[in-house]
Amino acid sequence: MTQSIVERLQARLPGSVRGSAEFRGDLTVIVRREDIVRACEVLKTDPDLAFDMVIDVLGVDMYRPEERFEVVYNLYSLKNREYVRLKVLVDERDLTVPTVTGVWAGANWHERETYDMFGIVFTGHPDLRRMYMPDEFEYFPLRKDFPTMGIPDSLPLPRR
Amino acid sequence: MPVRSPDDSKKSRILSALEDQDTTVVLDDPLENEMILNMGPQHPATHGVLRLLVRLDGETVMAVVPELGYLHRGYEKIAEASTYHEFIPHTDRLDYLSPIANNVAYCLAVEKLAGIEIPERAKYIRVLVCEMARIASHLVAAGSMAMDVGALTVLLWTFREREKILDIYDVLCGARFTTSYARIGGLQQDWDERSTAMLERFLGEFRGELAEVEKLLGTNRIFVDRCENVGILTRPDAIAMGITGPILRAAGVPRDLRRDKPYLVYDRMDFDVITLEEGDALARFYVRIGEMKESARILRQALDALPAGPFRADEPKKVVPRKDRVYTRMEELIQDFMLVNMGIDPPVGEIYQGVESSKGELGFYIVSDGTGHPWRMKIRSPSTNNLSALPLMLKGCMISDIVAVIGSVDPVMGEADK
Repeated sequence: MTQSIVERLQARLPGSVRGSAEFRGDLTVIVRREDIVRACEVLKTDPDLAFDMVIDVLGVDMYRPEERFEVVYNLYSLKNREYVRLKVLVDERDLTVPTVTGVWAGANWHERETYDMFGIVFTGHPDLRRMYMPDEFEYFPLRKDFPTMGIPDSLPLPRR
Repeated sequence: MPVRSPDDSKKSRILSALEDQDTTVVLDDPLENEMILNMGPQHPATHGVLRLLVRLDGETVMAVVPELGYLHRGYEKIAEASTYHEFIPHTDRLDYLSPIANNVAYCLAVEKLAGIEIPERAKYIRVLVCEMARIASHLVAAGSMAMDVGALTVLLWTFREREKILDIYDVLCGARFTTSYARIGGLQQDWDERSTAMLERFLGEFRGELAEVEKLLGTNRIFVDRCENVGILTRPDAIAMGITGPILRAAGVPRDLRRDKPYLVYDRMDFDVITLEEGDALARFYVRIGEMKESARILRQALDALPAGPFRADEPKKVVPRKDRVYTRMEELIQDFMLVNMGIDPPVGEIYQGVESSKGELGFYIVSDGTGHPWRMKIRSPSTNNLSALPLMLKGCMISDIVAVIGSVDPVMGEADK
């Protein structure tokens, strides 16, 4: 099964898979950023794979000079009862990823949350607003350079 | 009273004032107008601090925009600054209606990451507490949903049953709500005879009490009329939105991670996955009632099969030692000191572990850099996802249906806002 997912992606979208890894039975496939929407469509529409649910979309700040951020897509197939993780690497200089809301409507809020926490812009997203933080907040709190204690005066608090 | 025709000079003065652009008030038919209603975050029917912006046409809901974040505490950021053990109490505060199941879900994720195999007895005890948590949570869901549509009696009945489960928690771990019962590699304390006796008594009474709740609501015209064909979520919509748990099963998709991706000892348990086809608020209510019965079945089986043995794995580098030994033995004291200060040492890697909590799929995605702190931890909370389908469910409903639909979704904002 795990082999066939990577092979299927390679066959349908040559050059789209940058690598894959398996750890504790979880398969992670790294996909080129510009191919992510097509890769998702392949995984969803392929009758043997049928990854019809998006369980989660999330960001990770790896805090490294090149390709600092990762966007992880956690997909589930009702037919095969199988998970797969797709991963896209994003560089700090170009923080954009094409949205997958066209493939699964459920990715909407997950992508909003990723934008809210990391500042990664999902191009083509229908409603890219902040999810949890106030609209006027200027920082992206889950980045590693944001202190856990917060930044003083970054939130408008009522006066004493 | 006879209608007096106003004299002409007066009339012209009033009319000219009325025709003034600045003071003219145009009264259209109120039912033709669209109105924006702000519901929450302080509203008793939103089950916490959920805020809805509702666009109304008369009494019909045209569109709904849920706003989250009023209970955002930044748990994912806190997790990066604490060791794996330190985060266990925070998981209580996620879905605060079934805290003990969150503890188990989190510990399962860390155990998968660190490669810890827990003893059989601990697995069975975890199944017991998870199913107790499911019953407790579904009881609140059923009771508060009935209360939202006007039937207060049921809430009192279901809370009385839930109280019995909270009493078992109290005996088990010394806390009724913020349990922090699971530990990485096992449990905080062993299951004892008192808990067995209390659970036996609860199981003996529960069937009858649940049947009464079902009888009271199932034959109640008001309850059925207010929930039937309300807030319908179709099967394709539910799958596309990534909905999990009772809402998905009420739309006819038999997805239950306890059966599809068995963890603990669920593969040895005999239970049915309850599904209904309607996808409305009433179907969600009946799915929860059915799941409570199945949970009682699982509890019965797990209690009968509960094996003897240790309740915590024997892995000194990863699992905290027993407190009585920490105070009396040197090795365990050193072990405890190292685990508290440095944390466990998982390998570098990333895992995802999802479990079927009472609300749906609760998952933890952990990226480890090999130190005692998670590099990144993502909490996949079912309530967030389920709330994202509210606009679909509520479109075209009446305004009074909003509370019934929120009650049937059963969101917990502690979990939705993280």
